[in-house]
Amino acid sequence: MYGKGLKPLSIATVAMLAVSLSLVFFYAPLDADQGFIQKIFYVHVPLAIVALVGFIIGGIFAIAHLRTNNRKWDAYSYVSIHISVIFGVAVLITGAIWAKASWGHWWVWDEPTLVSFLIVFLLYATYYPFRYAIEDRDRQARYASVFAVTAGAFVPLNFMAVRMAQSLVHPRTFATAEGGMPGEMMLAFLCMLVAIGLLCTTLVKFELTAKSASGQVKRLRRALDAPVAGGSSRIAPEVS
Amino acid sequence: MLELAALLPLAAPALPLDEAGKYVAGAYVVFMVLLVVYVGIMAAKLGRIERELREVAAIAEERKGEREEVRA
Amino acid sequence: MTPSRAAFAAILAKDLRSELRTLQSLPAMALFSVTTFVIFRFGLDRTSLSGSLAAGVLWATLLFAAVLGINRLFVAEREEGGFDAIRLAPIDRSVLFGAKVAALLVYLLALELVAVPIFAIFFLDDAAGLGPLVAVLLLADLGLAATGTLISSMAVNSRARDLLVPLVLLPLIVPLMIAATGATEPLLALGGPSYHRFGTWLMVLGLYDLIFGLVGYAVFDFLLED
Repeated sequence: MYGKGLKPLSIATVAMLAVSLSLVFFYAPLDADQGFIQKIFYVHVPLAIVALVGFIIGGIFAIAHLRTNNRKWDAYSYVSIHISVIFGVAVLITGAIWAKASWGHWWVWDEPTLVSFLIVFLLYATYYPFRYAIEDRDRQARYASVFAVTAGAFVPLNFMAVRMAQSLVHPRTFATAEGGMPGEMMLAFLCMLVAIGLLCTTLVKFELTAKSASGQVKRLRRALDAPVAGGSSRIAPEVS
Repeated sequence: MLELAALLPLAAPALPLDEAGKYVAGAYVVFMVLLVVYVGIMAAKLGRIERELREVAAIAEERKGEREEVRA
Repeated sequence: MTPSRAAFAAILAKDLRSELRTLQSLPAMALFSVTTFVIFRFGLDRTSLSGSLAAGVLWATLLFAAVLGINRLFVAEREEGGFDAIRLAPIDRSVLFGAKVAALLVYLLALELVAVPIFAIFFLDDAAGLGPLVAVLLLADLGLAATGTLISSMAVNSRARDLLVPLVLLPLIVPLMIAATGATEPLLALGGPSYHRFGTWLMVLGLYDLIFGLVGYAVFDFLLED
């Protein structure tokens, strides 16, 4: 029963988003260096953190799939990665906007975190053609899980390597004139982090519910010996 | 000396508020648009599920009708 | 000798013997590298390279040549039923992974034995950096072999096999490239080799090798399930 709890979860998400956005725009002080531009950081960074956590959780679900051979874990893994990739697009676009506003260029190679994220995103973007290329559904699910596990292990290593490749000339700080992040900014940031995390969870549950509903309809059709509607996806795992 | 110290941390100066506002708004708009696009795709999926359920309900009612005819 | 070790040796020997006899991958990889060096000479309009440019050209070329070999790594297993043989044998299936990694490592080292001296002849003014470069090559090859074997084993059973390997492998190999070029760049610097952060980069390479070696070894069993 995937839809259970979806309503309270969505309500919590909306409430948290409303509270957080208010904190960001009405409570958190202006950054001393970047001014109003810094407000982008409140949406860009939580999206990035949640996307990365989503990728790693996708890997954990994949491990569960490999160990139990229960297809539902493959579906969880797929949807986690799916939502994280969409969040990833948002991270890269908001990151580019931030770069343009801060440094005048749409992309800067000086930002190690943004560059690392790009590489991770490129890797997970290959998840779809990878699944598509394997025809046998059983094998596809298994290989996709192996991919998700490998990619999950890759994420921390990648961030470390890219960070090391940076010259040490561009420290990045978010601070008012005193230096260090003041409590108000931290509170707004943490609230946004929780809100985006809730959003991700809601969307994952939402998508799983939709897949489950589709699966139930197929099940009904089969029970009635009715012709199965054409056009099912070659890669999206089924949930029943 | 203090001005030099202030210049050290970051590259570009802060933009004036009206320009900065556009960038910040742009970022949040991108976020909202992606969210709404996702909701739209899910809405389309829901429409398809509703259509299929309608079909299946019709088939089930047909079968029920046939069974009652046979019994009669 | 335990059955696993015997199997490892047997598979490795078979691969190397087969390659020596048919010479399918190695000459192609070597030739590809040399031609790519020529393309870089004209593309960059340089006759001598040093520092970051030299490191970049060398590693990009080695990487793309490696992809050629990786594409072909499991073709024999797929066509001649090697996977079934491993499934039936009473040994740990990850032995196949280990043997293939070793084979690929040998291919890469053989490739570099040809490509690196030619690179030095074409572009380097001073070969002093080549000695310590061997350590970088060894560690990077190990990581490339581990990740390459893992991806190749999955791609061999898919449709767009030749497309899939470069597509999925390249992002995975980025940290390896960062570390390899990071270590190589000061070695090939204009004024003679320097060892700026050499130890650190070697450690990153080692970490990469460890992580992907372990991941590959752990998941390989699941790849062979029918």
